[in-house]
Amino acid sequence: MEKSLNWREFVITRLIKASGYSAILFVALIFFFLVREGIPTFKEVEASSLLNIRWYPIEGHFGILPLITGSLIVTIGAGLVAVPFGIGTAVYISEIAPRWMREILKPLVELLGGLPSVVLGFLGFLVLSPFLRVFLDLPTGLTALAGSLLLGGIAVPTVVSVAEDALDAVPRAYREGAWALGATRWQTIWRVTFPAARSGVLTAVMLGVGRAIGETMTVMMVTGNAPVLAVKLGSLFSPVRTMTATIAAEMGEVANGSTHYHVLFFIGMVLFLISLGVNIAASSVVFRAKKRAERILS
Amino acid sequence: MKGALPINRHVAQRVGFTAITLMAFATVLPIVAVVIYILIQGLPAISLEFLTGFPHDGMRAGGILPAIIGTIYLTVGTAIFSVPLGIAAAIYLSEYASDTPLTRTIRIAIINLAGIPSVVYGLFGLGLFVLFLNFGTSILAASLTLSIMTLPVIISTAEESLRSVPQAFRTVSISLGATRWQTIRRIVLKEALPGILTGVILGLERAAGETAPILFTGAAFFLPRLPHTPFDATMALPYHLFVISTQVPEMPIQIQYGTALVLLVFVLTMNLIATVIRSRARAKRQW
Repeated sequence: MEKSLNWREFVITRLIKASGYSAILFVALIFFFLVREGIPTFKEVEASSLLNIRWYPIEGHFGILPLITGSLIVTIGAGLVAVPFGIGTAVYISEIAPRWMREILKPLVELLGGLPSVVLGFLGFLVLSPFLRVFLDLPTGLTALAGSLLLGGIAVPTVVSVAEDALDAVPRAYREGAWALGATRWQTIWRVTFPAARSGVLTAVMLGVGRAIGETMTVMMVTGNAPVLAVKLGSLFSPVRTMTATIAAEMGEVANGSTHYHVLFFIGMVLFLISLGVNIAASSVVFRAKKRAERILS
Repeated sequence: MKGALPINRHVAQRVGFTAITLMAFATVLPIVAVVIYILIQGLPAISLEFLTGFPHDGMRAGGILPAIIGTIYLTVGTAIFSVPLGIAAAIYLSEYASDTPLTRTIRIAIINLAGIPSVVYGLFGLGLFVLFLNFGTSILAASLTLSIMTLPVIISTAEESLRSVPQAFRTVSISLGATRWQTIRRIVLKEALPGILTGVILGLERAAGETAPILFTGAAFFLPRLPHTPFDATMALPYHLFVISTQVPEMPIQIQYGTALVLLVFVLTMNLIATVIRSRARAKRQW
């Protein structure tokens, strides 16, 4: 009895440990398979042609610059929507709203996070982009702007929940100290609470932007999918195409092992590295803030 | 001067509070509007035939049964892989792991898994499951791909829930002679169950609504019959909505809204269940 118990315990402990390590294994596997299928790109396409401004795979033009600028412009637009609204909502929920309002708003924001991106893309395609076309008098409503607005909405829940956690974690004594010195609640929010939560809010912004870069279905459905270089402000009002949408739209039609296939994996590799960079940067911000807090408290 | 300043501060506060409140409502109201709009537009399409029939006439008529069943298969398939693995990983992080470089690496890996774009998961699933392991475009390959994508959500919520169980519970159990695993299984897991369940449902909700990871791993444009084995491809609600709204010309608008509504109801029901479990557990908790 005693022995069999020990043996079972041993096996279960091992299984649990292995599961814990599996996360590392999966990241490594994902990277490995992206590299495996993406690296042949360098043999098949010259670097100068890869950094060209023409994406036209049927004729062998694999310039990924328009896709990168497309992703950039849509993401910047999404950030301009998600950052102010996300932080504003987080401040409202954490600092201003009465308790009952908080109980309503928090699940609603979470609900937005759970809305399938294809549903938002669908509404963007049928409702938002026709509206933008008429309202702004554009030749087509399927533009970077439509993508930015919807992606902003998709990034908002991430920004709100992380920023709200950060604001919540600021000790109440900080606020009470400020009030006792005669500051209004408004002054306290922006001069005491918000600066104290700064690193968490920064993390929120980074994670939100990371979410926006990686979004696929919505941008594919509403940005018009035109691989043109987007470098002017006016590009916001014309069709663009992002890296994610290119993979999603074209991978289904390419032959396995072809150059086009390899280039799509290469784009996936670039996206992977971007998200890796964003996430490591975001977590190191938190890490450094923790260190600083420890130093101050000790 | 002395009298004017406080008034200005309070005016500033009132203006500021109003602005922030308006911003919060401008963020939240569109969500409500989206749900209500799809409800109104989609409801007329819902009928028994729509929910239990196969599509015909090039998907321009009939029902969406294969897409509904497909999404259920994919969600269950995802749960089979990601739930045990995710909970076990959470137990490791909360009950076994100490703060070593290895543990920190695991945490960074989990954060990164959460941030990887969904379409990149699709590429990975294509490379590993569909081609390398030769599962083909199948429910199995799609479920495995979705599982890995869901894993970080399950791990982080389950870990948080396990950690919120007071340390004293563990100490008492162990002092009574229980082993570590007995303590985890009978005390810690039991107490943390509602929180874990919430995380699992929220993770699966995301998997059920995803399109990009299944695009090249398991989704079928149209199937005249239901899938028989895990090695068959399947239709799925999100992909079906994408197809009929962008790829099929002259698609009746009502079927599109009806499909969007069914997907929304599927996902929102899961969301609601998760919210209810969590708030009930919070109300009942005595520690």
